Amino acid sequence: MLKVEEQQPVQFSAALIEKSEEIVKRYPEGKQKSALLPILHEVQAELGWLSPNAMDKIAEFLSIEPIEVYEVASFYSMYFLKPQGKYVLEVCRTGPCCLVGAEKLMDHLEKSLGVKENEVTPDGLFSWRGVECLAACGYGPVLQIGPEYTFYENLNEQKVDDLIQDLRKK
Amino acid sequence: MARKLLLEHINVPDIHTFDVYRQKGGYRAVEKALKTLTPDEVVEEVKKSGLRGRGGAGFPTGMKWSFLAKPEGVARYLVCNADESEPGTFKDRYLMTHIPHALIEGMIVSSFALGAHTSYIYVRGEMMPQIRILEKAIAEAKNAGFLGKNILGTGYDLELYVQPGGGAYICGEETALLESLEGKRGNPRIKPPFPAIAGLYGCPTVVNNVESIAATVPIINDGGDEYAKIGIGRSTGTKLISASGNLVRPGVYEIELGLPVEEFIYSDEWCGGIANGKRLKATVAGGSSVPILPANLSLKLANGDPRLMSYESLSEGGFATGSMMGSGGFIAFDEDQCIVRNTWNFSRFYHHESCGQCSPCREGTGWMEKVLHRLEFGHGKMSDIDLLVDVSKKIEGNTICPLGDAAAWPVASAIRHFRDEFEWHVNEPVKSLDTNYGLANYAEPIAKAVSTEN
Repeated sequence: MLKVEEQQPVQFSAALIEKSEEIVKRYPEGKQKSALLPILHEVQAELGWLSPNAMDKIAEFLSIEPIEVYEVASFYSMYFLKPQGKYVLEVCRTGPCCLVGAEKLMDHLEKSLGVKENEVTPDGLFSWRGVECLAACGYGPVLQIGPEYTFYENLNEQKVDDLIQDLRKK
Repeated sequence: MARKLLLEHINVPDIHTFDVYRQKGGYRAVEKALKTLTPDEVVEEVKKSGLRGRGGAGFPTGMKWSFLAKPEGVARYLVCNADESEPGTFKDRYLMTHIPHALIEGMIVSSFALGAHTSYIYVRGEMMPQIRILEKAIAEAKNAGFLGKNILGTGYDLELYVQPGGGAYICGEETALLESLEGKRGNPRIKPPFPAIAGLYGCPTVVNNVESIAATVPIINDGGDEYAKIGIGRSTGTKLISASGNLVRPGVYEIELGLPVEEFIYSDEWCGGIANGKRLKATVAGGSSVPILPANLSLKLANGDPRLMSYESLSEGGFATGSMMGSGGFIAFDEDQCIVRNTWNFSRFYHHESCGQCSPCREGTGWMEKVLHRLEFGHGKMSDIDLLVDVSKKIEGNTICPLGDAAAWPVASAIRHFRDEFEWHVNEPVKSLDTNYGLANYAEPIAKAVSTEN
């Protein structure tokens, strides 16, 4: 059963539709399905996550079946199929970052935010999760924040606390 | 100082802009290729250079290009693989961030060589900042007449687009990447047919790594023969190495192939030694997929000769005593690191990233992760160690794509070289939770430490 928020009708902004139309032009005629991954990113950037209604709308826009959107959105790790915090802090948890303290950093993040991995803080501002290698192994520990995937490198507990403070003030 | 071909101008302010890149001699390779060479001549130069794919497989780029089918009236595609996701590897991110036009220039030269008129750079979605950088660079190049219709008045047309991925390691495998670019799940395809015959949209396609494509620029500028003079034996040219782990100066370095591993780790020109005055315990030379080696075998071959950073030397001794060049993701482990924990971490990665198509990989990676988890957290049995070897052997070679092998090798090699550390975890389940096995004999001179092949 879908929750109420998951059934809300969605509206794409004019800018989003214009951007999506521009993306479709990158591919040969009839290959508009190639635009699916980029458009999923655009929609998630605007709405914060990909609700079933949002995915249905994308399917309609690209003239493909809704299942073709669901199966893709659920395959790739960057797409959120549940609502998230406004800021999702994604910490690299793979080998090289762990050699330089990523695991301790995640423990600290859990304490600082007061929520477990994949949970949202009560004010709706933050969620966090460990993600696999972000290809920045020489600058670890690292974390990223969507939708522009701003990167924070060579982190320690102090830097993470400062970052959280800065985001709270925004 | 070692010769730099890709990163020569990396410290020039604003080298990421078209104007500065051009002032520093950028886009000469496009002018030379389009105005004075035929596509076949460009392919010939790349063949002569001996350039080998920089993404991990090390297959000769020129040969890969020559396999491209050229049926009349059918579009051909060049797709750049910028889905850099192999743990330990971050060179492509570095190149695209700081000198994006090197990739754009290489894409134009390579697309011309292959007769492609639409090319894509598939960048992993997490690299959104790099996607923005590339999009800007493409707009600048187009504005200057190096992309679009009738480039430099030569009659050659090329459109170049950046495609974001969705966060999936498997899309670094070229056929999974093509599936993803077609807007599907990243499930690798069964080969044959290879992409050179039926790739993107069923058309002949070449997929090359970022660094391979960027390397075509110095190859065209100076000629393939000049490029081949750099390096050692069949490992020609320069290679970007991503150095991470417990090093004084981790980062991206451009080396001439053939540099001794010991010099790379300890010289102040490179990584500057092991951080915090610790000693080296182990290395993974080419990204998480390649076999891990103890310190002694990292620095020396089994016969005691120095090991070099080259395709041949890194794999010298096969899997019994060697490793692989892979993507050049060089990870150094200091004496405080636990091999069991790291192996568990890597196998969690492969389990997470397995696409699920082939049973040996889908089930085997999860099984290995589970067994390694219990070994690391004090619940392991002695028989688990051989169980891991058994599972890894049943994955290896039994899958559509190389992810299965990539998941099996780190586990098999860790047990091959560090079996006593695994056994210690079983014998000391409580102690191993908060202390480490330490350096043991892993840095001892070779003769003592070569383990028996299992």
